[in-house]
Amino acid sequence: MSDKTVKIYEKDLHDATSKQRFVKVGVQVLIYAFLILMAIIIIFPFYWMLISSVKSLEEYKQTIPSLFPKEILWSNYVEAFNQASLGRLFMNTLYVGIVSTLLSLVITVLSAFAFARLEFKGKNALFAALLATMMIPGELFTITNYATVNSFGWMESFEVLIIPFLVSVFYIYLLRQNFMQIPNELYLAAKVDGTGDLKYLWKVMIPLALPTLISITILKMMGAWNSYVWPRLVANDEAHRLITNGLRNAFTESTGDVNIPVQMAAVAIVSFPLFLVFVFLRKYIMKGVSRSGIKG
Amino acid sequence: MVESKHQWKAWLYLSPAIVLLLIFTVWPIINTLRMAFLEGYSTMGAVGGITYNFGIGNFKQVLQYKDFISCLTNTMLLCVLTVPLSTILALLIAVCLNAIKPLQRFLQTVFFLPYVTNSIAIGMVFAAMFNMVGSAFGGENEIIITAGIINNVIEFFGGERVNWINSGSSYLANITVMVIYIVWNALPFKILILLGGLQSINKQYYDAAKVDGTSRVRVFTKITVPLLSPMLAYVVITGFIGGFKEYSSIVGIFGDDMGPTGDPRRLNTMVGFIYDSLANHQGRASAAALILFCIIFVVTMINLYVSKKKTHY
Amino acid sequence: MKVELQNLTKIFPSRNKKSNEEVVAVNDFTLQIPDGKLVGLLGPSGCGKSTTLYMISGLQKPSGGKIFFGEDDVTELTAENRGVGLVFQNYALYPHLTVKQNILFPLQNLKGEYKLSKQQMLDRAYEAARLVQIDELMDRKPSELSGGQQQRVAIARALVKMPKVLLLDEPLSNLDARLRLQTREEIRRIQKETGITTIFVTHDQEEAMSISDMIVVMKLGVVQQVGKPQDVYDDPTNLFVAKFLGTPPINVFEGRVENGTVYIGDDAVMQVSGVEDQLVTVAIRPEGFIPEDNGPLCCNLVSLEVMGRDVSVVSKHAAAVSPIIRSIINSDAKIDTSAECVRYSLKPNKIFLFGKEDEKRIYFEVK
Repeated sequence: MSDKTVKIYEKDLHDATSKQRFVKVGVQVLIYAFLILMAIIIIFPFYWMLISSVKSLEEYKQTIPSLFPKEILWSNYVEAFNQASLGRLFMNTLYVGIVSTLLSLVITVLSAFAFARLEFKGKNALFAALLATMMIPGELFTITNYATVNSFGWMESFEVLIIPFLVSVFYIYLLRQNFMQIPNELYLAAKVDGTGDLKYLWKVMIPLALPTLISITILKMMGAWNSYVWPRLVANDEAHRLITNGLRNAFTESTGDVNIPVQMAAVAIVSFPLFLVFVFLRKYIMKGVSRSGIKG
Repeated sequence: MVESKHQWKAWLYLSPAIVLLLIFTVWPIINTLRMAFLEGYSTMGAVGGITYNFGIGNFKQVLQYKDFISCLTNTMLLCVLTVPLSTILALLIAVCLNAIKPLQRFLQTVFFLPYVTNSIAIGMVFAAMFNMVGSAFGGENEIIITAGIINNVIEFFGGERVNWINSGSSYLANITVMVIYIVWNALPFKILILLGGLQSINKQYYDAAKVDGTSRVRVFTKITVPLLSPMLAYVVITGFIGGFKEYSSIVGIFGDDMGPTGDPRRLNTMVGFIYDSLANHQGRASAAALILFCIIFVVTMINLYVSKKKTHY
Repeated sequence: MKVELQNLTKIFPSRNKKSNEEVVAVNDFTLQIPDGKLVGLLGPSGCGKSTTLYMISGLQKPSGGKIFFGEDDVTELTAENRGVGLVFQNYALYPHLTVKQNILFPLQNLKGEYKLSKQQMLDRAYEAARLVQIDELMDRKPSELSGGQQQRVAIARALVKMPKVLLLDEPLSNLDARLRLQTREEIRRIQKETGITTIFVTHDQEEAMSISDMIVVMKLGVVQQVGKPQDVYDDPTNLFVAKFLGTPPINVFEGRVENGTVYIGDDAVMQVSGVEDQLVTVAIRPEGFIPEDNGPLCCNLVSLEVMGRDVSVVSKHAAAVSPIIRSIINSDAKIDTSAECVRYSLKPNKIFLFGKEDEKRIYFEVK
């Protein structure tokens, strides 16, 4: 082997140096060009939404569009707010979001604790059964749930928006996994000290699992904010309508000759809280998301 | 002693979840199966005392239904187009992001932005971008006031404007818009997962490959992709599941009509079909939901089987 | 291929943004490695030995200095163009590829005139596999192999492209004690058979001493001494090298030289010439002690450890720097365990004197 050893790369040594630098720089330039192009494509709809939302209808309709608005028309926002009665929708959504998040957290924490720490007959079978339901598309449940809430007399109420979705098997699973990582010795030590389950849960488990609980809260609130299909089916009345529905209802026409600047202003208002969540709570969402694959 | 105490405690803690699950998850599963196999079932009719025959009539009816076939075609088409496209794009972006240092965090944030959006609201933005304002599209007296920013860009580069989503637009144009929107929407999640996967690959494999003089392309195909395959499989499977349930992004762009003006329901999907029949034709809706479930199940199994074969190590 | 390092330096920018302290991992390293030698880079962790290895491989860029392979300056050349073979500490075998595919991998990268046919590649892969004796395992996945087998695969993968230089990063550290002995002999054998210039990194002096043609002792990025293992052992240039080499470690005493007499504590152990009066550090190899009833050095016996052929004597001395001193003596020698102290005379060539402050070797002639 040794005689061949020396030969094989030797010829390359001299001219490779300058070539390799050239290639390296070239590749980096290409990578940045591609990423920046993609980033512009990703950002553009947001940009377009914002600049369109402050244009006058005349300016928007110019054959050659302006990339920056000539004059900034904040009145579009006022008009959008009134036209879609966004204030009412906002309060409805907030109410549904907060109540369902709180109830959902209590149910999730209790169930996850039972699965993570308590021993009872059929625990594993029950847990497996719960996980199995995650495979079934939610639309399959909707058909019967529609009839069920109807027979409960819940149509056009807040209950119908809150109760059917309080239990999420995925959240129970997520929190149980988190609870399992907390050493069991802590629980046993608490038992020895005579600490009750609930106190232990409150003092030890919940603080330790706080990031997961925050993730769940954000995803749940975003769920209320973005939910469309179910609210449209069961509570599409003035008093109970949620924001996404209200938005779609107020601007049924998204094509054709409609007042797009006002529409974009409404979209921007609806998007703004989400943007705040994105800016300040991104890491919690990312954490929840990377384990879920479920949107909202 | 402690055991039995725990027993009832556990059930107590679980009781709210179990009661709700029984009502809103378990019963629907049973009921859907029941309704799907009662021919022509409707809840109203059942309350009115009508009895229904047991059989597979609902499935037959659904599959012969022209509307359903078009829903199925739309759904499949969107799935087949968007899942590979968004996965490949996300993979490219993730690999590129992983290869840079300055701006990495900033760009990562930008690429995650579409995740935290409302698909109806941003759908309306996309609609505005593709929307033409004018009248008599395609007619002799066609007047276009503004062609929409996308058409403006196309015309800027010397192309011809397209009627994307307005009255008289073609199916192909509609699907193109949907594919663009769905891919745009699907990218952040996929990039997040794939980038996470890339960052967890041991850097020494790349050092080893470098010492061995491996070209970039070969490193990508022979090391990155195989080592990333569990993540890729995950992204593809969740992509297909989401794709088969496509609905609200179409509402976002086309509104509740699920199609351009003058041709409603043209872009309806399987989920849309279920919602359309859910108030009055529960038998039909249940059958469609079961078909949807079976398709998702089969596709998931195929995906898992293929990725198992490719990734065992 | 001859490898030459000229004033090689590597400075890492400080990790902590607030302080501007840079870390000098390798400082002004100059070394010539003749063709076909097995060289061990030796030193405690953090001494810059791995950084040096990575700079030779091209994975890290030097901050200063030059690297030559033969007559060619390869300093600016990236790893892929250097054609070195590198065995990583934890092997870095591709987990999704079989042993065969792993070994073939570098060959499949060859382009242009170096491109090999499928059959040639297979032949070479099997040749390399036979060399490290894993040709029976070719269809396994790395996860199905033991640590020692993975190590061999990694070596085969590095050898298969017939590198000019073979680099091994802590090649034995992930193996258990028994395998370590066996594998280091293997490395020696493989290196002899292939004749490839080989550089390996280790923190285990025994490992380096046992197989290297040449060792390089490093400390805090600075080369302390270069030479044949036995030469370095017998003739350390400073206290660090003396302490770092040898098991059991060398025994260190506080001492002084007065009028040509070397004192350890109050014991006058040796007459020397050519050394000025000063405080010194006296270091004595464990095998430098000879038990003698009227020897000059008096140590308090702690225990005897019989190791078959040899006896290890553990004792104490007031002037010793470490709590115990350990000497290795022939088991035939009689030691009176009831006596107050064990008396030793010393072999002059096993005694080294070092400056008290600079810890540099003070050479002397025995009178």
